[in-house]
Amino acid sequence: MEVGLNHFLFISAALFSAGIYAIVSRKNAIMVLMGVELILNAANINFVAFSRYGNFGLDGQIYGLFVIILAAAEAAIALAIVLNLYKTFANINVDEIDNLKE
Amino acid sequence: MNESLLINITLAVLFLPLIGFTFTVLSGGKIKKAFTFEVFISSITLILSVFLLYAKISAFVEKDILFSFSWINFGILPKWGELNIKLGIKLDNITVIMAFVVTLISFLVHIFSVEYMKGDKRYNRYFAYLGIFTFSMLGIVFTDNILGMYIFWELVGLSSYLLIGFWFEKKSASDAGKKAFIVNRIGDIGMFAGILILFFTYHTFNFNEIFEQMSAGKIPFNSDFWMTLTGILIFMGAIGKSAQFPLHVWLPDAMEGPTPVSALIHAATMVAAGVYLSVRIFVMLTADTMLVIAIIGAITSFIAATIALTQNDIKKVLAYSTVSQLGYMIMAVGVGAYAFAFFHLVTHAFFKACLFLGSGSVIHSMHHEQDIQNMGGLRKKMPLTYISFLVSTLAISGVPFTSGFLSKDGILAGTLAFGKLTGHWLIPIAAFTVALMTAFYMFRLVILTFHGEPRDVHKFEHAHESPKLMVIPLIVLSLLSLFIFYTPNPVSPDQGWFLSEWIKTPSQVVPENSRFDFLINSAGEQTNHGKIIHSVEYTETLHSVHYPALFLSLILGGLGILIAFVIYQWKKINPDAITAKIKPLYLFSLNKWYIDELYDKTFIAGTLLVSRLSAWFDTNLVDGIVNGSAYVIKSFSNIVGWFDKYIIDGFVNFTAFLSGFLGIGLRRLQTGKVQTYIILVIVSAIILFVFFRPF
Repeated sequence: MEVGLNHFLFISAALFSAGIYAIVSRKNAIMVLMGVELILNAANINFVAFSRYGNFGLDGQIYGLFVIILAAAEAAIALAIVLNLYKTFANINVDEIDNLKE
Repeated sequence: MNESLLINITLAVLFLPLIGFTFTVLSGGKIKKAFTFEVFISSITLILSVFLLYAKISAFVEKDILFSFSWINFGILPKWGELNIKLGIKLDNITVIMAFVVTLISFLVHIFSVEYMKGDKRYNRYFAYLGIFTFSMLGIVFTDNILGMYIFWELVGLSSYLLIGFWFEKKSASDAGKKAFIVNRIGDIGMFAGILILFFTYHTFNFNEIFEQMSAGKIPFNSDFWMTLTGILIFMGAIGKSAQFPLHVWLPDAMEGPTPVSALIHAATMVAAGVYLSVRIFVMLTADTMLVIAIIGAITSFIAATIALTQNDIKKVLAYSTVSQLGYMIMAVGVGAYAFAFFHLVTHAFFKACLFLGSGSVIHSMHHEQDIQNMGGLRKKMPLTYISFLVSTLAISGVPFTSGFLSKDGILAGTLAFGKLTGHWLIPIAAFTVALMTAFYMFRLVILTFHGEPRDVHKFEHAHESPKLMVIPLIVLSLLSLFIFYTPNPVSPDQGWFLSEWIKTPSQVVPENSRFDFLINSAGEQTNHGKIIHSVEYTETLHSVHYPALFLSLILGGLGILIAFVIYQWKKINPDAITAKIKPLYLFSLNKWYIDELYDKTFIAGTLLVSRLSAWFDTNLVDGIVNGSAYVIKSFSNIVGWFDKYIIDGFVNFTAFLSGFLGIGLRRLQTGKVQTYIILVIVSAIILFVFFRPF
């Protein structure tokens, strides 16, 4: 069976769902960040797959690279935030941090 | 001696009592002896008025002195012409004599009251009231216009009211004051209407100007009827003030006032104001008016005399005798005996003031006992009071050598002539009957009070002759009841200076066709300095009835005195036996002809009925409408309120409740946990995607 676009999209959707699930269900903030990474990578797979099967040239790949760079920057900032969280609450469990309620 | 001096003195006589009143009433509370000033003022007033009398009679006996000033000047009015209301003074012989009478009696009453009222807690106020009364009475006497007369007329009404109700703690006294005031007001309404008719017709209030225009032929509404009506309306004032039937009911009740006041106001002066007014307007009375006046006078004197027969209160007897004598005077005006009406006014003022002050003296010494049933024998205890009382009683009974004999005889002759000339015989018959009854009841009074044995021994033993200040006025007044002050001839007043020189019957000014025939002047009867008196026919008739009237009145007077002595002095006839025989008549007289009861049942009950009907109308209909509209508005408000409360407020509250409810529900979404929000975002995105999907 030849691997086609739908397979990639399927993998991407699964990955996205896994990312969403991780974001929603994990208690640890680091794990939530990892869920975010999964979603970003699911998007990357889509870019690259459309770039390969569509008639877009190398645009998808270039967007993918941008996303990787963006993800790196995002991880840096997010980890800084997590550190600050820990400083403030002595805890990085997102369940217990509900100051937004007030 | 010039006119302006007389005018100034007149003004002084008029206003001095007002000054006395003002001073006494303002300082009476502070200065204990304030009344002495009032007494002093009254003596000055007396001296000045004696001088006024002397000056007027000696220097101006034929001339009226006039003085007037513009009171309110309206300028020229449209459809009316010039209107300038003047007040002023008119001094003729009647005026100065009357002023003398008023000031003399006022002065004597002042002196008498110093003793009589001693110890009263409103002593100074009493004298102040006497002052305001003297002022108002002199105002009536001096005024030259009917408006001024009306003003002072009301002022004497006020002072009379104040003095009748002087002991206002007593309900009967305050009631009597109110009664006098209200009854007088009824007469005054008529007088006021008459004044308005005169003013409307003649555009002036001045007596002389009115009479001049009238003699030129101008009469109200060009109708004899209106002329008669005007006369009767103005005479209504005299009916009220002089206590004529049917308004006589206030005067007996007015005896609730202090006795000196009864002497001054309710016997001598104020009640004579009605006669004075009738004398003043005599020239404008038509034949019909005069007949009405004569009949009212006759009825009054008859009714009052019959009531006086049975009264037991010393002051009530005198009160009814006053009403009766006032009826005489009014009757005299009505029958055309002008001079005798005024003459009787003067003589009556003196002897009746003396009688009242004498009764005051008796009451004073008997410690306020007024019932003659409890008196008797006082002759020995109070000789001076007795003698003066007796002289005055002789005068009122018409015994010769007294003033009352002269004036009464004149009036009786006048009525007899009137009867003979016009055929109204009932008037002289009433007059002579009254003469008989007067002699009887006055001597009944004297005998029961002063003669015989004391019936209340305890009170009799405490009785004593009154102090000098009370006795002197009595003696002065009883001396003035003798004939010598009026005429040198004790049986005929015609030669006296009083009648022949000073008082002349003026010629009437109403059109000749509405006069009595005997008052129409025919040519060649000019007598007494241009003043025309009566026709030859009248003079002759008067002359022809003079001696019959004289003898008849002597016989009747003597008979009355004799009966009184037979019954009460010698006790030949038991009065109780007589009264038992004519019980209904006796009760009728004792209860004053039931006139008070009649008024109670008719006018007073009627007024109360009307008041109750009005009150019912007010509470049930007027208040009903008001309450009904209030009820309607209240119900409507209730509906509006209900609508507001439940519909509008319900809507508002429901909105609030809904928001709250939603808030409670939605609050749960706000967990503060980031992951919840993310779920919401995802769910929302999915929903949006499902709804707005492009395929």
